[in-house]
Amino acid sequence: MSTSSANSTASPAVSGLDYDDTALTLALPGSSSSSSSDPAASDRKRAHAEHDKPPSPKARAVGWPPVRAYRRNALRDEAAKLVKVAVDGAPYLRKVDLAAHDGYAPLLRALHAMFASCLVANGAGRLVDAATGAEYVPTYEDRDGDWMLVGDVPFKMFVESCKRIRLMKSSEADNLAPRTSSQ
Amino acid sequence: MTYFPEEVVEHIFSFLPLHSDRNTVSLVCRVWYEVERLSRRAVFVGNCYAVRPERLVQRFPNVRTLTVKGKPHFADFNLVPPDWGGYAGPWIDAAARSCMGLEELRMKRMVVLDENLELLARSFPRFKALVLISCEGFSTDGLAAIASHCKLLRELDLQENDVDDHGPRWLSCFPDSCTSLVSLNFACIKGEVNPGALERLVARSPNLRSLRLNRSVSVDTLSKILVRTPNLEDLGTGNLTDESESYLRLSSALEKCKMLRSLSGFWDASPICVPFIYPLCHHLTGLNLSYTPTLDYSDLTKMISRCVKLQRLWVLDCISDKGLQVVASSCKDLQELRVFPSDFYVAGYSVVTEEGLVAISSGCPKLSSLLYFCHQMTNEALITVAKNCPNFIRFRLCILEPKKPDAITNQPLDEGFGAIVRECKGLRRLSISGLLTDKVFMDIGKYGKQLEMLSIAFAGDSDKGMMHVMNGCKNLRKLEIRDSPFSDVALLGNVAKYETMRSLWMSGCNVTLKGCQVLATKMPMLNVEIMNELDESSEMEENHGDPSRVDKLYVYRTTAGARNDAPDFVKIL
Repeated sequence: MSTSSANSTASPAVSGLDYDDTALTLALPGSSSSSSSDPAASDRKRAHAEHDKPPSPKARAVGWPPVRAYRRNALRDEAAKLVKVAVDGAPYLRKVDLAAHDGYAPLLRALHAMFASCLVANGAGRLVDAATGAEYVPTYEDRDGDWMLVGDVPFKMFVESCKRIRLMKSSEADNLAPRTSSQ
Repeated sequence: MTYFPEEVVEHIFSFLPLHSDRNTVSLVCRVWYEVERLSRRAVFVGNCYAVRPERLVQRFPNVRTLTVKGKPHFADFNLVPPDWGGYAGPWIDAAARSCMGLEELRMKRMVVLDENLELLARSFPRFKALVLISCEGFSTDGLAAIASHCKLLRELDLQENDVDDHGPRWLSCFPDSCTSLVSLNFACIKGEVNPGALERLVARSPNLRSLRLNRSVSVDTLSKILVRTPNLEDLGTGNLTDESESYLRLSSALEKCKMLRSLSGFWDASPICVPFIYPLCHHLTGLNLSYTPTLDYSDLTKMISRCVKLQRLWVLDCISDKGLQVVASSCKDLQELRVFPSDFYVAGYSVVTEEGLVAISSGCPKLSSLLYFCHQMTNEALITVAKNCPNFIRFRLCILEPKKPDAITNQPLDEGFGAIVRECKGLRRLSISGLLTDKVFMDIGKYGKQLEMLSIAFAGDSDKGMMHVMNGCKNLRKLEIRDSPFSDVALLGNVAKYETMRSLWMSGCNVTLKGCQVLATKMPMLNVEIMNELDESSEMEENHGDPSRVDKLYVYRTTAGARNDAPDFVKIL
């Protein structure tokens, strides 16, 4: 795996949009997302898929489910932007508040802390599996349903469009952004 | 008994703990009525419109503790339009004129204004405790008045109120001479508080036993405070998001609090905080993690598996069925469990199902109070739960999707809830959900003899359903129904019953204006309030365009007659 410099090339993301250089890139050329032979990942995929089902018409009743307004407001903090974070191979999800961090660096530190039991930072500042040494790259699903590499867009844009985050094995993240052969 | 001097009679009455008993003895004769009313220290008003405040304070001039409840329960879920009523003002005004000895005021679901709090603060020289639950209408300025003028204040307990934040000044208004605080709960205050003022207040409150902070209080401030409160029994933390160095200080501060039995708060808690709580877990009897979506199943279970003495647990459904199994195997003394939804999408992913509930019921036989939000349920599970836990007093099950049947058999859940009412002979409060026919109401009417409060949503086939309940549940006090096919026939089927109940709420049902008018005419001791949506565009698909159909109906017994503070959209028949 090649390392990329802090300033990425202006390579288009898979959705075809052109983004400017960003301050931090942990991008690597990636292949397709994880194979179906990983049952945990496909479980999560199913979970995600079911979660994304649009609410049925029945869900529109006023005051339903019966949860106090105070509690609803406290959990749905306007300022908070909670997104689920999955790590390939970890059995459960965590949540991170994107709005609580000023930029990619503190966010990535938080992600690191969250999965400190199985991931550590190596010398180059990348997240690696403590046991196998396999590198992980943070990816995210945006509003259009496309999976992108975290760090490709300005942070504020990322916060607005990010629906959930997945720390993917870098070997599987290869096809998320076509990279030049220099990498 | 008339041979005894009144002081003796009064002394005998002092042994009657229940309001209902004191109410009963006051009916025996004139002498007893007088003795009772002058010696009454605590009065509970379940519906602020059931009696006039002036009348109440005249009857009980020596009352020390006054509890008043305002809006109907479904107001919690935005079913009661704003400005409906429930004003604290008249109560505080009346008490200020007639009850100089007032020491405690407890209010729930009422509209409390700053000027009311100011009057309260200045009117009662011995005032000691203010408890406001789910109230609104006041700001931190009102709290400043309480802090400034209530010299003997022991308790300021603000639970889940909607408070306008006018800055941190209020906390600094407690004078240096105020050293009497035993309980301070400001978790619902949205804004910042001055950490220095908070630390100084705590430092001069040696009797502090319960302290619940708000989101703005940092781990550092919490650590400094806890050093001053070694006798603290109940703690609501501030936010627990900081970097891990702060936690070392917190850990050593927590170690000193050997009396800590109850924890809550955990605002935005990072998983980092979890291990620092471990030393406390063994002693905890109460734990509220229901405002913490940032802790997942693994963090939660690591904490809870150590809480072997836990009696009360409030948690989000991200704990999952597996997590509930851990609760079941660790918390053998569990009496109360509340599992709240973390995701309000009705058709979302199932994290908590009937399996978690069954596990809890088999592991925690002392369970008596349940609030459980889940995505699916089965009759078999409910039957098992009923057998395992016959001691339920409160059983509230909310299946998120309205009218959802048994997840395996696709049948209505009549059998399951029937088992609950049949086995749990002491059941006092019940909320039902899922697909339900009239059959479940037959069982509720037949077996729910101790039932005092029943909440019904999207249930039943016909008026027979409601009739079973009205005719069968002898001790029913509060009946609240939404979106169920009950009509005037059911409304008028047992009108005398309403005089034995506190209130009836019906919304989204099939009652008409005519039916309500008949009720009002037949029963002059009831207030029949109807509310129709002014805005026709909202949820009106269900309305068959019948202009006489009543959207919302609230019926309650009263000695006060029609209230004079009702807004335009409320019609009192």
